[in-house]
Amino acid sequence: MTPTDLLARPAEPATGRRSRRRSATLVLGCVLTGLVALLAVVSFLWLPYSPDDTSGGRLAGPGDGHLLGTDKLGRDLLTQLMTGARIAFGAGLGSVSVAALVGVTLGVLAAFAQGWLDDTLSAFLDILIAFPTLLLAMLVVAARSATLGSAVLAIGLAQSAVVARLVRILVKRVLTQDYITAARTSGTSWPRTVAGHVLPNIWPTLVVNLALQFGLAVLAEASLSYLGLGAPPPNASWGRLLQEAQATFTTAPAGALAPGILLVLLVIGVNLIADGLRDVLDPAGRGRRT
Amino acid sequence: MTLLDVHGLTVRTADGRPLVSNLSFTVAGGERLGLIGESGSGKSLTTLAVLGLLPEGMSATGSVVLAGTQILGAREKELTAVRGRDAAVVFQEPLTALDPLMRVGRQVAGPLARRTGLKGGRLRAATLDALAQVRLPDPERIARAFPHEISGGQRQRVALAAALACEPALLIADEPTTALDVSVQAEMLGLIDTLVREREMAVLFVSHDLAVVAKVTDRILVMKDGRAVEEGTVRDVVVAPRQEYTRNLVASARTLESALDLRSAP
Repeated sequence: MTPTDLLARPAEPATGRRSRRRSATLVLGCVLTGLVALLAVVSFLWLPYSPDDTSGGRLAGPGDGHLLGTDKLGRDLLTQLMTGARIAFGAGLGSVSVAALVGVTLGVLAAFAQGWLDDTLSAFLDILIAFPTLLLAMLVVAARSATLGSAVLAIGLAQSAVVARLVRILVKRVLTQDYITAARTSGTSWPRTVAGHVLPNIWPTLVVNLALQFGLAVLAEASLSYLGLGAPPPNASWGRLLQEAQATFTTAPAGALAPGILLVLLVIGVNLIADGLRDVLDPAGRGRRT
Repeated sequence: MTLLDVHGLTVRTADGRPLVSNLSFTVAGGERLGLIGESGSGKSLTTLAVLGLLPEGMSATGSVVLAGTQILGAREKELTAVRGRDAAVVFQEPLTALDPLMRVGRQVAGPLARRTGLKGGRLRAATLDALAQVRLPDPERIARAFPHEISGGQRQRVALAAALACEPALLIADEPTTALDVSVQAEMLGLIDTLVREREMAVLFVSHDLAVVAKVTDRILVMKDGRAVEEGTVRDVVVAPRQEYTRNLVASARTLESALDLRSAP
């Protein structure tokens, strides 16, 4: 950092205001995501009705023992939404874990690879990214069977290409930094350098991207379920709820609106978290520039 | 005993342009050699080549023997063993040479743990001791700080502590005072001088500043455009420079010095 940077940096109070305003984004995101997460957590402890209880009236409106009404088979909608929240979180966390594990590994390898290996890996990743996530996922699900596991694996693998390309660039940039050379001169081996210096320094950028990928994974799983390629019935994925309620939308709109709104809340929530994280982890407050 | 023997070292870029040409010099155990030259003369590349850390795409030919190990063409595993143990480096810009996201204490503790095998409380004590040895005030606080939270001079002391924590036979100082204030420079030079003397380490001191190099080294090698143009004791080079380039270097150092003298005179 040059002396001019120090001069150009805003005074302390301004930085403080900035980080407060920015963490408001993070708080709002956490609240939205937390509400949906609460539904998922509570669903393990308590449900209004058993998920396969069809005792309610068909397509009953809200009220009368069913807070949000029932579906065309007479199942309680709130119960379906709550078990659907589990699936949404499972899909998001599962896909992001796969994407992080495969993506970071591939990305670090690609960053260290040289010559033809680097070219091949990069070309492979570019081709993978060129395919829409959903199309790749449909291929994998078609090759395996339509289960939640297949969907998660498929979405995670498709996303790992995006993560890998990001990680490759981030690692390459960090590797040119003086502190990496400095660590190497004191006899730090490559594995230790990567674990101790490279990964921590790409982490802020990576974690923001993973949060965004979480939102995309939730949407992708809902889309696959909508197409009948996600968790099979009677699992109440939000995507499948939407699909099932589509035909009766004019007579019983709650069935489609409710899962749609939850999906929007969750995706907006995690995107706000990603946004807030980016600002909180931003170098400005810690004297680091990327 | 020869600690570092560089013979016919040539460093080329990927397209074959030589940046260092046929450079030869030796550093004996406990000896201090100054490597001096203008920017772009190949000084820093030479130090990186000594540790087998040339930037991607560059290649070195010739011979670099450090404490009995041939560096050029050595396997990564051998190099990792040599680095730190036989030679460690203090870089020019301490802000970029320290990991911005790692607390200062851990950056010193890392090499310390690798050399000594200490853990837990004893490692912590040794780390604080290492920070105190480079005359850092309040080592407890400094150890917990991130690099951007301490001053430039303090950062360079931390970098020195990290390099010394390796107890290398050869300390390579690559313009270690260039990024510092003049007043801090003098302290830093004095500190390096003292600590190295206590540990009987050899020093390869790289600088563009003849006055700085003359203060801490016994012998000087003058480089220009990747070649050695003159070598001798500090006294020989400063008093009776043989080459035109060295004469200019000495003359300009003198001009600066006398200009400073004039200004400081009442």
